[in-house]
Amino acid sequence: MKRVYLDHIASTPLHPEVFEAMLPHLKENFGNPQSLHSVGQEALRAVEEAREKVAQLIHAQASEVYFTSSGSESNNFALKGLALAQRSRGTHIVLSAVEHQSVLHSAKSLDKLGFSTSLVPVDEWGMVDPEEVKKAITKETVLVSVMLANSEVGTVQPVQEIAEVCRASDVLFHTDAVAAVGNVPVNVSELGVDALSLAGNQFYGPKGSAALFVKKGIRILPFIDGGIQEGGRRAGTEDVPAIVGLGKAAELAMRDMEKRAEAARPFRDRLIQELPQRVDHVFLTGHTEKRLSHHASFCIEFIEGEAMLLNLDMQGISASSGSACTSKALKASHVLLAMGIDHALAQGSLVFSLIEDTTSEDINYLLEVFPPVIERLRKMSPLYTKYLEEKEK
Amino acid sequence: MIYSEKVMEHFQNPRNVGVIKDADGVGQVGNPVCGDMMSFYIKVKDNRIMDVKFQTFGCGAAIAVSSMVSEMAMGKTLEEAMKITNKSVAEELGGLPKNKLHCSNLGADALHKAIENYHEKQKGIKKEKAEEAPVEKPAESEECTCPYCEGPLGELEGICGSCNIELEDCPECGKAKKKGAEDCPHCGATKVRV
Repeated sequence: MKRVYLDHIASTPLHPEVFEAMLPHLKENFGNPQSLHSVGQEALRAVEEAREKVAQLIHAQASEVYFTSSGSESNNFALKGLALAQRSRGTHIVLSAVEHQSVLHSAKSLDKLGFSTSLVPVDEWGMVDPEEVKKAITKETVLVSVMLANSEVGTVQPVQEIAEVCRASDVLFHTDAVAAVGNVPVNVSELGVDALSLAGNQFYGPKGSAALFVKKGIRILPFIDGGIQEGGRRAGTEDVPAIVGLGKAAELAMRDMEKRAEAARPFRDRLIQELPQRVDHVFLTGHTEKRLSHHASFCIEFIEGEAMLLNLDMQGISASSGSACTSKALKASHVLLAMGIDHALAQGSLVFSLIEDTTSEDINYLLEVFPPVIERLRKMSPLYTKYLEEKEK
Repeated sequence: MIYSEKVMEHFQNPRNVGVIKDADGVGQVGNPVCGDMMSFYIKVKDNRIMDVKFQTFGCGAAIAVSSMVSEMAMGKTLEEAMKITNKSVAEELGGLPKNKLHCSNLGADALHKAIENYHEKQKGIKKEKAEEAPVEKPAESEECTCPYCEGPLGELEGICGSCNIELEDCPECGKAKKKGAEDCPHCGATKVRV
């Protein structure tokens, strides 16, 4: 069966060059970077080289990059580490309503420690208005966190403007750039952010490789207490193969990012244009232009996302959904609800995110198998039957 | 795969999908707010279910459950059909993931409602058409509200957004109960631990 992988947002495949770069560190270069002997020093050299490359990718200094194990860890580190370090100044945090769970849940944990959180709304395209952030900031606010790009609807936020608002109010600003870094150009000084999260498996690096950028001079509490690794802020023996893989992925992103985006954009635009033409009651979610170049997301009315994913998978197509049934909490996506999409429609969420290897044939294949899958599920749907009955009247 | 072979088989080839226009009983449960909605239609002759059809808006488990319930109910007497439980449906399907157990509740409930609707119509208590069978109001369904404070659960997993208590799924019925609690407020199960 033909396999078409369109789930970049869940994970990109590991790039063969990244795999090759990691391999020696899974074999002969097994040293602990903190060891003084030459085996250890070789590992340390590899870690620092990777740090340099990741820094280059986001136009930061190497000393501002802390390696972590996942985008979620980076977000936890940023939220908790920055907020708690500022506790004496205030205990209020501002987030957008469409943040990743790792940001929202970190704030929830901080709430238990005496912090309070304000959620800034988004418009129908999932966009945060910097003015709304300004309004949400109080004298007590110590941290604002708004993501750079949303993985569920692809919308790219006006992070630079939000950072200006924060700077003017003397409030720290973190951005969860996990879905963006490696896919769109990111320059931390141009953006004006104090902290930024990124993850390797969003740009052809390995899972378990991620980093947090923290601007020089910004206070952040250690996330894992222990030894001197990562400047004493994130203790624990370094995952050298993952870090090396992240470094290599960063290097490839600097080389290929533009090429990848240019290849993906026409495919994305074709899906956005043709899926709603081929099937009625299919709606684009997220911003029409300010969106990730590899990201096409929709809500398909009258049916539910998980059933669609299972059916598409039977046809060899891997995609994602933000529907309630695909999350363990059985809640409709908070992102779609925040955008004002009603519960029933939000259940029919479907995300196609393209990868480097996506071909024109893959898109043709998807466009071909998509309509019968939808038709099959709609035939089973009481909501669709009701719609047809009402239409007849 | 998160589902058993049996679940996938029913999902791929659901039995008895459709609508019975002149049904003797109709039952509808759930709402799209919480993710699933099922309609069951039955034809009854000599106290036996002669035909059953369903329609389902929902995930793979919800579709498989509806299909299995329809298959189990076909040809049974009304009394026998009332004895179909969420547990027996889940068992017939070779088990369901813990967080999908509520789907099996819905399936059995929808069938039972269709039978109740039939009885009501027989008794003449309700003379409305089967299509106008009572429908649960959305947004008030149990799965969307905290069983302890009755406030909305919010978007955070495992925590009630209203009263902040930590929640987990009851291993018996799959609905939310207080983390570590031995009693489930939904199904009344006692001495359960996850």
